[in-house]
Formats: sequence, C-alpha cells, structure tokens
Amino acid sequence: MNAPVSLPLRAEAVTIGYDRATIAEDLTVGIPEGSFTAIIGPNGCGKSTLLRAFARVLKPSAGRILLEGKSIHAVPTKELARTIGLLPQTSLAPEGIRVADLVARGRSPYQSLIQQWRPSDEQAVQEALAATRLEDLSGRLVDELSGGQRQRVWIAMLLAQQTPFMLLDEPTTFLDIAHQYELMELLRGLHGEGKTVVTVLHDLNQAARYASHIIVMSAGAVMAAGSPHEVLTAELVEDVFGLRSIVIPDPVTGTPMVVPLDPRGLVVDLGDSTSAAAQ
Amino acid sequence: MSTTSISPGASVAGTAVPRRGPVWAILVAALVVSFLLSLAVGANPLSVGQVWQGLIHPDSTEASIIVWTERMPRTLLGVVIGMALGVSGALIQALTRNPLADPGILGVNAGAGFAVTIGVGVFGLTGMTGYIWWAFLGAAGATVLVYIIGSLGRNTSPVTMVLAGVALSAVLGGLSTFLTLIDETTFESIRAWGVGSIARVRVPDVLTVLPFLVVGLALAIGLAGSLNAVALGDDLAASLGTSVMRTRVLGIAAITLLAGGATALTGGIGFVGLMIPHVVRWMTGPDQRRIIVGSALGAPSLLLISDVVGRIVVRPGEIEVGIVTAVIGAPVLIALVRRRKASAL
Amino acid sequence: MTLVDFGYRVLRTRTAVSSSRIAMRTATISAALFLLAASFALVALFLGDYPLTLGDVTAALTGRADDFVSMIVLQWRMPVAVSAVLFGALLGIGGAIFQSLTRNPLGSPDVIGFDAGAYTAVVLVMLAAGSQHTWSIAGAAIGGGLVTALVVYVFAYRRGMQGFRLIVVGIGVSAMLGSINSYLITRADLDDAMQVGFWGAGSLSRVTWSMLVPVLAISLVVIVTVIALAPALRSMELGDDMAVSHGTRVGAARVALLIAGVATTALVTAAAGPIGFIALAAPQLARRLTGSAGVSVLAAAAMGSALLAAAHLLSHVLAAVFRPMPVGLITVCVGGVYLIILLIREARTRSGAAR
Repeated sequence: MNAPVSLPLRAEAVTIGYDRATIAEDLTVGIPEGSFTAIIGPNGCGKSTLLRAFARVLKPSAGRILLEGKSIHAVPTKELARTIGLLPQTSLAPEGIRVADLVARGRSPYQSLIQQWRPSDEQAVQEALAATRLEDLSGRLVDELSGGQRQRVWIAMLLAQQTPFMLLDEPTTFLDIAHQYELMELLRGLHGEGKTVVTVLHDLNQAARYASHIIVMSAGAVMAAGSPHEVLTAELVEDVFGLRSIVIPDPVTGTPMVVPLDPRGLVVDLGDSTSAAAQ
Repeated sequence: MSTTSISPGASVAGTAVPRRGPVWAILVAALVVSFLLSLAVGANPLSVGQVWQGLIHPDSTEASIIVWTERMPRTLLGVVIGMALGVSGALIQALTRNPLADPGILGVNAGAGFAVTIGVGVFGLTGMTGYIWWAFLGAAGATVLVYIIGSLGRNTSPVTMVLAGVALSAVLGGLSTFLTLIDETTFESIRAWGVGSIARVRVPDVLTVLPFLVVGLALAIGLAGSLNAVALGDDLAASLGTSVMRTRVLGIAAITLLAGGATALTGGIGFVGLMIPHVVRWMTGPDQRRIIVGSALGAPSLLLISDVVGRIVVRPGEIEVGIVTAVIGAPVLIALVRRRKASAL
Repeated sequence: MTLVDFGYRVLRTRTAVSSSRIAMRTATISAALFLLAASFALVALFLGDYPLTLGDVTAALTGRADDFVSMIVLQWRMPVAVSAVLFGALLGIGGAIFQSLTRNPLGSPDVIGFDAGAYTAVVLVMLAAGSQHTWSIAGAAIGGGLVTALVVYVFAYRRGMQGFRLIVVGIGVSAMLGSINSYLITRADLDDAMQVGFWGAGSLSRVTWSMLVPVLAISLVVIVTVIALAPALRSMELGDDMAVSHGTRVGAARVALLIAGVATTALVTAAAGPIGFIALAAPQLARRLTGSAGVSVLAAAAMGSALLAAAHLLSHVLAAVFRPMPVGLITVCVGGVYLIILLIREARTRSGAAR
C-alpha cells in the first residue's frame, strides 16, 4: 500500500482457524474506508475464514480485529450487528417462510422486547425490497422461488439490516451469469451510496471489474493488496493460482482481465506451501 | 490424504475417508469373538479351546453337546436378530435422513406390542408361539398404515412419514398401556414379553420367521445402491435415474420384514437399530452399501456381547438382552460422538 | 408510506412505548385455542365422583355455596382445572423450544433425557424406598430429571455445543435409563410395578393447591424468560452464523433456552407424572394450523393447553361412562389421532391444487 489509507476494519496479527486446522497465522490486513473490496484466492486459502473473523462469527486465537480502532469483541453485540452485516455462503431458511418475513429478520439488531416493529423497520424492509426489485414477490414463499430470486431475498435481508459494512461470502455461487452481474451491479450501487462492501469472489474478472480494492490470499497469507490494476498481473495469477495467463484491459470497462493461456496439458503443481493449504 | 470441507455456518465436521482394511477386519473380528464368547459362557463355562473343539468335531463329549444343543441355537438367533435389527436401522436412517430414527419409528414395536396386548388381554392368548404371528401382523399393519399416511401426497415426504409413525406409535402405545393397567394378568404377561430377550425363543419359531428375514435382508442389500442416491435428496436421486418412490416402498417393506420379524421373535430389542448404523457410518463413511453390510456385521456383535453380559452379571439368573444392549451400547455411542471426527448425517 | 405485503394478514400494534407485529392467523388461532382450553377446563369442574349442577358451581365460584360443594369445586377440582390449562401450555412451550433448537420435528425436551431420568428416580423411590408420598415423588422426579439433563449436557459439551451431539448423547442416556427402568419394573413385585405404571401414565387428579402454587410461581418465571428469549430463538432458526451477525448472543441464549425447556418438563412431571406427547405434537399441530414459518411458541402453548384440557375433560367423561383412565394416556391417543388427521389433510392438499 502506498499512501496511508484509513482502514476502519482491520485484522491485526490474527491467528484464525478451526478445531484442528490453523488457517492463517499472524495475519494483518485491513479494509479501506468506503471501498468495494474483493477477497480472492484459491480454495482453502482462508478467504471465508478471514471474512467470518471480520464479522465476529469466528474468534481469532491470537491478535485482534479492530473496528474504528476498537476491538470488535469489546463492542456490544447489538451495536456491532448494526454496523457489520454478513451474508454467509450457505444459509438456512425456516420452512414455509415468506419473502417479506425473511427480509424482516434483518431488522433483529434494531428490535427489542418492547419495540418489535417500528415505522423505521417497516420502511427499511420496504426499501430493501425495492432495491432488490422484490416488491411483487414479497408475499411469496421463499421455497418456491428460483435460485436467483432466493439470493436476492438474502441480499434484501442484509440490506434491511442497514449496516455501513456489508460482508458477503461468495454471493454469486449458484447464480447464472445474468443474475451474477445483476447482483454485482446491485453491490456497486450500494457502494455508490457509501457502504463499504467486502465480498469473497471466485471470479477474478468480476473482482477486477467491480472492486476498488482487491486482497489476494494464498495459504493463509496476503499475497497482494491494492487496486485491481496494481494487483492483477500475470505473475501474480501464476504464483497464486498456478495458471499461466495474460492480463489485458477488459474491452468494455478497461479493468484488468485475466485470459488463460492455452491450458492444454496444464498440471497444477504449486509446490509444498499451497498444496498444504488446499487440504 | 483426507479432505476437510469447511462450510461456514457449521462447525467443522471433517468427513474423513477412512482406510478400508482395518474397518472390515475389526467388524469381522468382533463378530467372531462375540460368537465364540456366546458359545463359551453359561452355567458350564467352557474355555475357547473347548468351544473350538466342540465346534469342529461334533461328537458326544459334554462340551460338544453344550455347544451344539444349548448354546448354538441361541447364538445363531442372536446373529440373525442382530443382523435384522442392524440392517433395518441402517435402512430407516437412510430413508428418513433423520439421525433420531430407529426401526421402531415406523410403528413396528408399537404395532407388535398393541397386537400382542390385544391378543392377551382380549383373546386370552398364551405362549410365545401364539404371540409371534400376532406380533408380526401388528408390526406389518402399523408400518403399512404409517406408509399410507406418509404417501398420500404426490411425494412421500420422510418427515411426514416419521411424524405419522411417531403419532401412530404413541396412540397404539397409549391404548396398550391402558389395556395393561386395567387387568393384572395382561400387565404381567406384557411386562415380561415387552422386554426383548433371545432366551425364550425356540427353533421352530425361528424357522417360521426366517424366510421373512432372509427376504428382508436380500431387499436391503439390493437397495443399497439406490439408497446412496436417495441420500443426496429426492431431486438429485431422480436425476440420477433412481426411482425414489420404488426405493422407498421396497425399503419400508424390508424394514417391516426385518424389524417386524425380529420384534415378533424377541418382543422388541431397542437401541441396536439406532446406534449401530451411526457407529458403522463413522467407521466406513457414508456409502450405504458399506453401512448396510457393516451394520449386518456389527449389530450381532453388540447383541451377542450384551446377551453374554446378561448371562454373567447376575449368575445364575439372567438379564434380558433387551435391557443390556442400551447399558453397553450407550457409553460406546457417547464416547464415539465425542470424538471430533463425528459428523452429522 | 405503504405497508409491506407479508403475504398474509398482519396485526400491527403501536402504542406510545411499544410496537409489535404478529400474523393475524396465529393470533386468532392462539386466542381461540386458549379460550377452548379454558372452556374445557370449566366444564370439567362439573364432572367427577360428585356430579354438580350449574347452580352449584356458580355458587361455589362466587362464594355462596355450602362448605361441601365449595370444597369440591375450589379445593379439589379448581387446581386440577388450572393445571390442565397451565401444564398444557408449559409442555407446548418446551416442545417448541426443543424442536426449534434441534431443528428436528422429533425434538422434544425428552431428547435431553429428562423424562427418562425422572422416571428412573421415581421408580427407585417407589420400588426401593417404597414411598408413595407426593412430595418425595415430585422431588425425585425433578432431581432425577435435572441430574440426567446435566449429565447429558456435560457429555455433549466439547468445546461448544453441537445440536447433533446433544441429540445422540440424550438418546444414549435415555436408552440406558430406560433399560434400568425395564429391569427394575420386571423384577419388582406386581403391585409395586403397577403403581409405577400408573404414575408413569400421568394424571392431573393428584394436583392440589399446595403443590400448584409453587409450580405457578416458577411457571411464571419460566414463561417470562421464554418471552424474553423468543427473539433469540427465532434468530437462531437462520443458523448460528446469521444469528451472531444479527446480534444474538447464541451461546448464552441456547443455554438459557435449554434450561427453560427442561424446566417446563420438570414442573409438569413433578406435579403430574410424565404426560407424554404434548411436547412433541403441540408445536407440529400448531404450525400446521397457523401456517406459520418455523416454530411459534405462542401457538404451541395454546395448542398444548387445548390438547391437555380436552384430554382432561375426556378422561372425566370416560370415567363416568366407562372407567377411569389416566389423562396421560388420553393425551397420547387424542394428540396422536389429531396429528395423523392433520398429516393426512396436509398430504392431500399438497397433492391437489398448486399452493
């Protein structure tokens, strides 16, 4: 990183992992203020783990996660829920729930025992439904919707939460290409309104097209962080993903576009460090 | 070596692909050991050497007679019943995709119990042989009823079936309890019958029920492949070419034959059908073919060991196997589920 | 501002200090069920060994009856009537909590082994100690149940609680205790065994005011706790990760809910013996009747009340016409049959027109 940038959401020397596996050790990385950050990297590199640590869903065994300089574990839970919202990769919807109901669940951080449904809640849900173009579907059963529509419902729920930070874990998986871009455009719009969007993505080109800041991870470490132009180079793609490619400007947007070289005979051999991460 | 999938929203449960060799060796060894133990233990304790001699050279030595006439029938029955219970347990858990399911959940035990209670309470039935047919018909009747309720919709929903089974079991159980509470003799007979035991079964009874058990077992093995597909979810299974409907119907038929037959013969031995498939799956992985064969091998071991313990602990009396299975099995189950590698269904 | 279309009729209430939103259908059905429960319980006041007239009962309730009638209505039958409504609600709540936490329609407070533990303790007290005293039975039930629940929890806890592990350990412990019960019952003297059998079938007729008052007090605490925790329960329906990011303290809420759920069974089992099936059936029935998503604690409580009160009334009717039957058996039969009917209807609607 060149000029000092404000990093309101920051991981400082964190060690994160699960029962048996430590995914990342002594990791320090931050999310620039008001950015659209994409976290990319090969499978098992720790992107989801890092995102979940930022969302306070996963507690680091060492180090701290800071929000505006304060450890997020010191922030009262409800207050944090009004600041950082997470859309996990897989979510459970109660059987028989309808769209508006599910979206309304996003208002939990604002509800208390005495105040369970205020005009502000009603309005937030209305706005979320409008932004995701779900008004006509608001009374339908979520089970009966298509995959793309269902994902929009989850996004609407996240929107209703009205958090300045929106964290999404691979939100485009299972969506067809049109819906993927529709979702990315929605996220760009939100970013334009001032939200800080952090999303884990698989598609490097989507990341390049939409993100203002890219974090590249591999084997639990940050390999590069910066703007798409700075970060996406053919060397990096080969180092991190084991794929030989050329990087050309996208003919439509001018952002870096990764085009694989002839992959025939490609054998992904990344050496010890990355194959350990893939397990 | 092993692949660990980490899906957010779940604590990490590793699905480790186990090495094959030791698992089968362990299961077979356990079966052999429990088989020999069952032949060795009793009022006249025999050493393993004597048992072996008696087995290979059936002659008129005392050891041989004891082995062949007294203990072999009981041991073989234990193996047969164990297989029936284990396999039916594996089937029900595969069909309903519910870890709380055991063969009794389709109403097998309650149906059998109710029928026998009616037989004893209303018709004055006595003697084990009389019970058997009533029990079997009761078990089959209840299961069929549960299946019909569960399949009234276009698709048979496992959840509906399970709930219907629980509801019917509760109703039949309540009625049975009522009948036992109003008449002492009924209470006494049912109290004794209701606790599963392999001691009081005679060979002719076993032979009558055996064909049903064999058919059930054959069905189960034949269905194992389809069950793998069904475990992925109805839609995916259908797209793989499996007839979900047919698998379910045949699966339930197999469960009825196996669990109904076992209950009819023994009066209802719980827990084996619930526990063994879990344990086997943790050892062999999620392939239904392996789980079914593994259950067929593992369940008799549990049953025989429980029977042996029941024979030893209060010598010269006996504790029925239906009581011991849970006391032995539960700690093992709990120890296993605490291992970090235990995964959900 | 246009209101959100939830797809069903919604009742929004707003006062100076509070606001809430509830599905109209859930609200009306719950109210109706509670009313039904109260009616059944009221009618049961007339029945019993001494049948009473409307005049008798009204007189007793307004304090104008003679001593004997007063005693029958106010001392004997009133606590039973109240318990029918209250215990039913408690059981419904317990079932709703466990089914929501375990995300399994077979989930019930018994999954943690409570009922089995209570039963074993009572069997020991009745058979070994030869005691029939109400308080020792009640104490044994609670003690045995709580110890078992604690043991199950401890065995299932390993760096955090996992639903699946809890279920499996609960099943294991329940099965072990069930075996011990079987053993004790089959070895006991016939009379003793039948006594246990009667206790095991559950009966409200033993409930007296001296027993009911403390139970009422504790129930109030439990109910208030559950109301406070209901939003957390709803939040956890979406999965732990989502619940955390919505601001729910998942670990603490789960423990508190488990304790509340166990408490509901403990209270009922101590006072009346094990009354089965309501905890399992009431939430399922309530869900299907109200068409709600997930589990609704309010509707489950209302349904539980109605079920138990109906069973209670039925047991009196049967006693008059046929012979006395413990209410526990009736709840099982009535609840079971009703659930089957609902399942059949639900299956038929699914196979017919598109929803």
